[in-house]
Amino acid sequence: MSTYAIETQNLVRTFRARKSRQHPSGSPIVALDGVNLQIAPGELFGLLGPNGAGKTTLIKILVTLLLPTSGRAAVDGYDVGTQAQQVRERISMVSGGEHSGYGLLTVREQLWMFAQFYGVPTAEAHARIDRLLAIVGLYEERHRKVQELSTGMRQKMNLVRGLVSEPQILFLDEPTVGLDVEAGRDVRAYVKTWMGERTGRTILLTTHYMSEAEELCDRVAIIHKGKIIAADTPAGLKRAAQSGSYFVLSTERLDGGAEFLSGIPGVARVDASARDGHTEFHVTLADDGAIAGVVAALAQRGRRILQLQKVEPTLEEAFVALVGRRFEEADEARGP
Amino acid sequence: MSAAAPALRPTSRLLRTWYAVKGRSYPRTMGGLREPSWIFYDIALPLLGVAAFVYVYRALGAPAHFTGYVIMGGATIAFWLNVMWLMAAQFYWEKHQGNLELYMMAPCGLAAILLGMAFGGLLATTLRAAVVIAAGVFLFNMDFTVSSWPLFLLLFALGLVALYGLGMFFSSLFLLWGREAWHTVNLLQEPVYLVSGFYFPVRALGPWVGMAASVIPITLALDGLRQVMFPGVHTALIPLGWEVAGLAALAVLFTLLALWMLRFMERLAKQEGRLSFRW
Repeated sequence: MSTYAIETQNLVRTFRARKSRQHPSGSPIVALDGVNLQIAPGELFGLLGPNGAGKTTLIKILVTLLLPTSGRAAVDGYDVGTQAQQVRERISMVSGGEHSGYGLLTVREQLWMFAQFYGVPTAEAHARIDRLLAIVGLYEERHRKVQELSTGMRQKMNLVRGLVSEPQILFLDEPTVGLDVEAGRDVRAYVKTWMGERTGRTILLTTHYMSEAEELCDRVAIIHKGKIIAADTPAGLKRAAQSGSYFVLSTERLDGGAEFLSGIPGVARVDASARDGHTEFHVTLADDGAIAGVVAALAQRGRRILQLQKVEPTLEEAFVALVGRRFEEADEARGP
Repeated sequence: MSAAAPALRPTSRLLRTWYAVKGRSYPRTMGGLREPSWIFYDIALPLLGVAAFVYVYRALGAPAHFTGYVIMGGATIAFWLNVMWLMAAQFYWEKHQGNLELYMMAPCGLAAILLGMAFGGLLATTLRAAVVIAAGVFLFNMDFTVSSWPLFLLLFALGLVALYGLGMFFSSLFLLWGREAWHTVNLLQEPVYLVSGFYFPVRALGPWVGMAASVIPITLALDGLRQVMFPGVHTALIPLGWEVAGLAALAVLFTLLALWMLRFMERLAKQEGRLSFRW
């Protein structure tokens, strides 16, 4: 039996396509192109990629809504194609912007209905629902009709729906998309709490938001054009994308440019600019140790260093380094 | 990579099916209570149509039991509309609402959820049909004598199982037809009123047309119920025993077809991505 919560082996999924202006050849569209993933129990794993990268296709396969064209996928050791029932007993999914359920029902009734589909007895379902609603701040709205909820409230309710069956593995497909800042923060906060409450639970989160992946995920995979191009911890991805160390130094005003720093061993690039009576240096070094030479050179010129900061690259920069273009550009390249 | 999957015990499978049936029937029953507009649309309006036929028969001097025919037909319309709009077309609406994917990945299975839809619809519609009959009795002095209550209940139950089995079968079919579902419901509405003899004994269409129309369970159920309610005066399509047997066969056939169609639809949806994506 696989020790992974989620495992895919050379997973491929293609879709038949009609000839169109956007797709003149009419050849099959490759949504997933040999995806290999191993996610351990207890991990909060992020899948980061632009629109059309294959994130949703991968989730739909893992939650047994789609069959792979080739390759294999298993959830909690069960094959998603041949053991769909076993997989379904262990999972749940919440998608961003979903409008599931029935507007005429109250929040509590709607959640009870979904709990019934997972075989949760009524008394237990109500207890879980009330507890979860209190945690996400919706308890006071429990007798309100679903059709009267705001987008943020609705998404919190959807999150409770996904959790009420106490899944072993939870799939969150862009869960904060379209939410205001506060609602998004609440959702993220509870996702972290939920993971912390019991060990061994796993979340696969797809997101558009770099900061969300960085804040929540133990590991992140970057998916682009149906391929996983990197998978590591957020820090590991950033490190891998970085071709050296990056420092920003602020000194007392120093005229004459930055050429005197370029010759120092280990300095790959340096730029200087005047700012508010100070001079700011942006220095790229081959390694952290080279900063000592830079500091010494500035001291020789009799200028006090006012600020020295090592700047870590962001996931966005890691994405650019790996994909070759910015996130939004990758979205735009795919078109509507 | 795959694990040995322990099978779910039959008792827990049954229990979970019951939970799912209860869960999915709830919005159907609560919907009726929270939106009482159905009293106007499902009872008052059909009664107007019934009234028109009653007055036509009275003006022609037709026997009194024709009033009963019409009122029974009016009550049965509620079931046919329920099966068409709230069973057959339901998966299509559920897909657009975003519920279908959640239903498909629920461990109870789609069949249990469909059964819940049928059960909820059946409860609500039986109430509506009963109100139409009561209104008919009160307003038009409908006169009937049930010759055998057990037979009446058997015909009613078999008719419902067969009818809702047909609705479950259609629900998968309509989903595969996509946007044509709406037109298909419209297409099946008025013609069925005619060929199933909602307002007259179906025998009047001739035995062969009546037999062909018997593939729609409502034809045999309505004719059988009229034989039991108006004994001795109703012109039957076929003997009552044959109608019971026919309805039982249709109940089994449509239930099995519905289950097979559900599995086929789910397989096709997973293979082609029909439920999730549009390319």
